[in-house]
This record gives sequence, structure tokens and C-alpha cells, in this order.
Amino acid sequence: MSDYRAPVKDALFALRHFGSIEQLAQTERYAHADPETVASVLEEQGRFMQEVFGPTSVIGDQEGVTWTPDGVTVPEPFKAAYAKFVAAGWQGLNAETDFGGAGFPESVHSCALEFSTAANAALTMAPGLTTGAIELLQEWGSEEQKEVYLPKLVTGEWTGTMNLTEPQAGSDVGLSTTKAVPEGDGSYRITGTKIYISFGDHDMADNIIHLVLARLPDAPAGTKGISLFLVPKFLVNDDGSVGERNDVHCVSTEHKMGIHASPTCVMSYGDEGGAVGYLVGEEHRGMRAMFTMMNSARIAVGVQGAAIGDAAYQKALAYAQERRQGREIGGDAGGGSDGPAPIVAHPDVRRMLLFMRSHVEAMRALIIYNAAAIDLSRALDGDEAETWRETAELLTPVTKAWCTDVGMEVTSAAVQVFGGMGYIEEAGVSQHFRDMRIAPIYEGTNGIQAMDLVGRKLGMRMGGVVNDHLDRMRATVDELAGAGEELASIRSNLADAVEVLAGATDWIMANGLEDPRQALAGATPYLAMFGTVTGGWLMARQALGARADLDAGVDDADHLRAKVTTARFYAEQALPRAAGLVASVQAGASVLYEVGPDALASA
Amino acid sequence: MSVAHTGGACAVCYRAVARDRIPSMNVVVCVKQIPDPADPGSLDPQTKTLKRDGKLILDESDSYGVEMALQLVDTAGGGEVTLVSMAPNNEVSGLRTALAMGAAKAVLVSDDALAGTDALGTAKVLAKAIERAGDADLILAATESSDGYTGTVPEQIAELLNLPSVTFAKEIAIDGSTAKIQRQTEAGYDDVESPLPALVSVTAGVVEPRYPSFKGIMAAKSKPVDEVTLGDLGIDAGSVGWAGGGQEIVEVTAAEEREAGTIVEDDGEGFNKIVDYLAELKVI
Repeated sequence: MSDYRAPVKDALFALRHFGSIEQLAQTERYAHADPETVASVLEEQGRFMQEVFGPTSVIGDQEGVTWTPDGVTVPEPFKAAYAKFVAAGWQGLNAETDFGGAGFPESVHSCALEFSTAANAALTMAPGLTTGAIELLQEWGSEEQKEVYLPKLVTGEWTGTMNLTEPQAGSDVGLSTTKAVPEGDGSYRITGTKIYISFGDHDMADNIIHLVLARLPDAPAGTKGISLFLVPKFLVNDDGSVGERNDVHCVSTEHKMGIHASPTCVMSYGDEGGAVGYLVGEEHRGMRAMFTMMNSARIAVGVQGAAIGDAAYQKALAYAQERRQGREIGGDAGGGSDGPAPIVAHPDVRRMLLFMRSHVEAMRALIIYNAAAIDLSRALDGDEAETWRETAELLTPVTKAWCTDVGMEVTSAAVQVFGGMGYIEEAGVSQHFRDMRIAPIYEGTNGIQAMDLVGRKLGMRMGGVVNDHLDRMRATVDELAGAGEELASIRSNLADAVEVLAGATDWIMANGLEDPRQALAGATPYLAMFGTVTGGWLMARQALGARADLDAGVDDADHLRAKVTTARFYAEQALPRAAGLVASVQAGASVLYEVGPDALASA
Repeated sequence: MSVAHTGGACAVCYRAVARDRIPSMNVVVCVKQIPDPADPGSLDPQTKTLKRDGKLILDESDSYGVEMALQLVDTAGGGEVTLVSMAPNNEVSGLRTALAMGAAKAVLVSDDALAGTDALGTAKVLAKAIERAGDADLILAATESSDGYTGTVPEQIAELLNLPSVTFAKEIAIDGSTAKIQRQTEAGYDDVESPLPALVSVTAGVVEPRYPSFKGIMAAKSKPVDEVTLGDLGIDAGSVGWAGGGQEIVEVTAAEEREAGTIVEDDGEGFNKIVDYLAELKVI
């Protein structure tokens, strides 16, 4: 067994207080996901992940993947763990019920995904990509495509991939050149090269269903000329069995900084005349299809921040309790009779641990709140549904970027707690730092997320959506007014931070309208501020929720009191950082362009 | 590992009676729900017993018996697995795990008067619960629980139910009305036969317990758990719990701190010292 323990109790607390789990269970769509059922599902899923996925993580990191012309092989233990994952049926947790899914809320799925990612980030990439493929087909696939491909994807017997990036088309996917030519029989022939394709090839499943962006011969330039195609590794026979090998091959795998056992493939389509592909959705509307899965895919990457951060935190905490160095300042001489004190006794180590724990909780809260907004937008009707849809749109870039940036800080702090040992691979904590580093990059870099927040999301309903969000936070400030002395620092610091964010938002809106470059120059610090304050708001609600649970006599008083403490730590030490970001948000673009690129190169 | 003893008679075989092959197997598994060993447990200073008022989970050592029972029913092609358990506060979390693995139903004995029940008292209660569970072809238990470690309850139940008892099973095969059991020993295993019904204790780690599937978890929600009290089982409250205890915990002391290891200086012959050390431990 690996050391990771799935924080089921914390996840259930968050689902109750930020995930509207009780409200969702009242809706027709999620009536089967009552809190008790969700608890038993997450308990078993968490145990599965810590016992089955967890122990294979280090092996994957050390062995990596093997490429041969015949295909990619993953470490043996990955195959066994994945087979158990399929047998247990976890892939279908949030898939629609029509083709064998369990139809659970995204909020519950985000918890399951957290446990899975924390246990083994590399292996979780496979089911993660399959989830994306399932979502695309559910939304845009023809009835026939759904019937042929969804049942096997939902069980996990087949996996899915997303093929967007090309060497010249990264963040700017409109530059892609992969071609699709109609064959006349309803199918297409795909030719081109795709890169950075996670689990583009592997030997854990009988078939791999690639979803590929490509251009039809008459396509207009840019993103408006991109269509979406389904290209199976093996063509599927009429009886549903796996048939002829398709003309799509992994021609190499990348050597990466982290997630070593997730094969990152260069995929070549059509070396022998063209890979057979099928159009998904309408011609030239591929980007629209991509956008339907983008919210959940971006939240899923945000989950990596909380998940890998928590895995690293758990290791750091265990080490801090074991490692003895130095006398406890202000404690017994020599840290008691046993000589040096465990380093957890030292204030700076405590600070790092509380920083990690409180931020993991804040990330988890934001993820669950954001995912639940998607669930509520699907389960409710009319204005209510629309309000939640807007909320999800607003928060998604924040969840993706803030959680992955904070995830980096948390895994870095965990390495720091280990001291010199943290830099030594055998200690095991550096893997989390390396595995984490991709998350701020892929699924839209964090810079792109900041542009999305500032350029698209703030303007929603003429600023009405962001103002509603600010008002919800102000309502919590009011609620805290009656919460007594213990939560006083939370109230005053949250009140200040919300107004700081409101001021910066006004500045961005005013200046961005005049000159978008002014607003975009401060987009990243603005997103950091937005995440810090929203995280602080949810931590304040955590304190209120924990206090309410304590008053109601809910079991586990120690756990609940710790949640009040971490909320206070966050309010007192993290929230004030928001004000420090004002200057960089409002600095404007001029200084960035003062010197030319040549001058930057001068030494 | 060599086989110490194969085939032949053993103490319980004389009871074997030829019967027709059982077309289905009903297996009862005794399971205990215990505080999560991964959480720091604590003792009640008054009673000197483990505090078990929080959430309980399925004792890992019982998961092997559950798995073995499910496999036996599967091989037989019919029948079902029934769980029996005794726990405070009508706790069912651990039972749900075993039900999600595939057990069909459970009998749970929960009664405030059971607090402080010793091993024999537990055996009395479980014996009655097994009778309540219905006709069983085989009753399985772990060799010992992971929190109490008395390791005596299965044999006591067998005696109370007047059944043959086989301990430390690593493999069980059913042949007609006979159970063929590989009984683990220090040196290997004995082949043992027992007539059915019998009570067999299963060694931890001998099978790989399945993980509950998502469908199994959902199905477990609606599987019947027969929650009964001492009165329902016709047991006098005075014969169990603190009142009926034939044993008393007199004192609890902290385990000794682990001593520092021995460092062997390798002068080129260090391996001999390691060999001697392993021989001393009787591992080689």
C-alpha cells in the first residue's frame, strides 16, 4: 500500500458545504446521488485508489513507458491496476446513464478524480482523457457513433484521446493543418501529425478512440475551419468486435519532466494513405464541440493542483512528525527527554504545513463549488440554471489556473519541509513537484486562462456575472458579523479582500474597454487575486460550516475544529496577499513594451 | 516451502457422512467491524478497552473469508453468502463493504448490553446469529480480528454449534458434502477433510479480496441487514457484556519503545553474522 490516504471525510464535508449535494439529490437528475450513497461510493473509490493506483505510482515514475514500432507499452503494474479499474466500473461514474454510465454529479466525480490523481497522476491521465471523449460523443456524436463507441468507453475497456496540438499549432489551434478528405462512403481519410497526445498509444486497452481536429478541403482559415473526427486505432466491425488496424501510429514518445508513465505521443495519421475517420458533429464546427468539454476538462486539470498538492502535503506531514532536528523553541530543553524535537515542532515548519493544508482545502472547495455549478445548471431549470451556468463559466479559468499555480507552491513547500532529502529522488516528494509542473501548461496555459477570465468572462452580462459573485462573497461577510470573536479575523480580512477584488475588477473593466492590452497585461496577477479571494470566501464558509456542524453535534470534533483553524490561517495569512497584487494588476502594459526584445537580450 | 503432510485422516474426518453433492452453497461469514487501523486509536481509561464509538470499517482479515465464500458459492453455481456481525450503535459501514463485494444479506447484533463482551460471550452471540441466518453449509471466520487478537472466537462458536472446526485454512474445495481444506502450518500445509457443515477459520492473505464494483456498491444499499438485539436472539443480557465476562482487563501498559537496531561492522565476514542472526530468528 502506498502512503497516500484519500481524504474522504474532507471531500464529503466539502460536498455538503460547497457542493450543494443535498440540493442536487432533490433534483430528478441526481436523485440517485443522495449523500449517503455518495459517501459509500467515495469511501470505496478512495480505498481502491490508495490500494490499487497508489502503489504503482513510483514504479511508473521510475520505469516510464517503452516505445517500439509496434506500439507503446506501459509498466506491467499499470496494466493490472487499470484492469481492476475497469472491472470495478469507475470510468462510468459521471457518464450519462444511456450507455451504462452511473450519471453521478461532476462535483462527486471531481472528488473521485482527486483521489485517483493523488494516488497516481500518470495513470489517471488515461481515464481522464476517456472522460473527455465520452463527453464529446454524448454531446455531439451521432446515434450510431454513440451506440458503437460509448458502451466500451464508459466501461473503460476502450480509452479515448484528444488530438488538438500540432508542432506549429499549440495555444493557437487555428493554425492546425491536419487534413480530412471525404471518401464518398460517409467516412473520411485523415492525414497529418499531432503532438502531445496523452495515452495516444498504450497496451492497457483493446482499442483507442482518437478524437482529432482536422480541416476539410473547403475549410476556411483559422478556428472556423476546423472539424472534429473520430479515428479508432482499430476499426470496429459490424458486430462490435475490434477489426482491422487503422492507419494511425505513435511514432515516438516524449521524455518528460514528470508523469513519466503517461505516454505523451507524437501521432502520425495517414502514413499509408489515410486513417479512416468519421465526422463528429457538423463540418467546420469542431471548436464548438471542443468547448463543450472544455469546462470539465479545465476543472479536471485544476483538480491536479488539489490532488498532487495533497499527496505531497501528506508526505511532508509524515516526514515532519518523524524527522528530529533542533530544540523546540520555547518548549522543553532538548524537545523533551528524547533529544532533538520532531521538526513539526518548529514554527516555520508549522507555517509551511498550515499553508499547504489550508490551500489544499481551498482548492478542493473551489473545484467542488465550480463543478457543482455545472451540475446545478444541468439539474435545474430557467433562471436558476442560467445563473449557475454563468457562475461555472466565470470560475472555470480560475479553477484551472489558480489551483495549478497553488498546486506548484504547495508541492514546492512539501519539498522544502524535507530539507535536503526533498531534493533526493528516493524521498519520493520530488515526484509530486515534477508531476505537478505540467498542469499550469496544458489544457490552455495559465496565461490563456487569465486572458479568458479578463477578456471573456468579466464582460459576461456587462459585468453582471462577476458582480453577482462579489455580492455572494459580501453576503458571507454579513453572515460572519454574527459569528463571534473566533471568526472575527476571517470576517474583517474577507471584507477587505472582497473590496480589493471589486476595485481591481472595476479597473480592469474600465481600462480593458479602452485598451485591451492594459487589462491583459495585468490578467495573471488579477486571476491570482481572484483565486485568492474566492478561495478565502470558501474557507470562510468552511469555518461557518464547521462551526454549524460542531453545534449540531456532528461526530469528529477534532476534524471540524481543525477546519476552523485552517480557515483562520488562510484568512490571516493568504487573504492579505490580495491587496499586494493591486499594483501589478493595475500597472498597465506600457512598462512591458518599454524595451524591445533585443534590449531584453542585452547583457 | 515443503509439504509437511498430505492426505489422510485428521481429527475431524470420522464425522464424514456421504451425502449427495450440494448443488448450491450457503456460506455464512463472521465479520467484525473495527476502528480504522490507519487512524490513531485510543483506549477508554475506565474500561481499558478500545474506543469503538466512531465509524467502523470491515476488518481486513475478514475480507479473505468473504472472498473465499464468494468464490465457493460461485464455483457451486448457486447459493449465497450471509454475513453475521456484532457491533455497537447498529454500525453497518463495514458490512456494506462486504455486501458490495457480493454478500447477499447480513445479520447484525447490536445491543448496549454487549459492551465489554469477551471472546466467549462474542462466540455465544455469533452462534445464535448464525442460527438465525438460516441453514449454512459452511461457516467461515478469520483466524483472529485485527483489533482484539484473541484468536479464539471461531473455535468457541464451533463448539457451541457442535460443528467440526478447522483452523488456518489457505484453500477450501467442496466435494459433495465434504470440505477439502489445506490447513496452513509452520512448515507447509496439511490436507484436511471435514464433513459439512463445518466452521473453518481462514488465514489472512490467502486469496485476493475483490474490490467492490460500482454496481456492487449501489446494489449493497438495498441488501437486507437484519438488525437484532440480544432479546431477539433469546440471549440473557446478564450472560454477556461486562456482567457475563469471564475475564477482566487488569492493567494496560504502553508497548516498549522499539530498541535501536544492531549495527554489524563488515570486516569481509559480515555475512556470517547476518546468517547467524537469521538462524537465531529461525527464519533460515
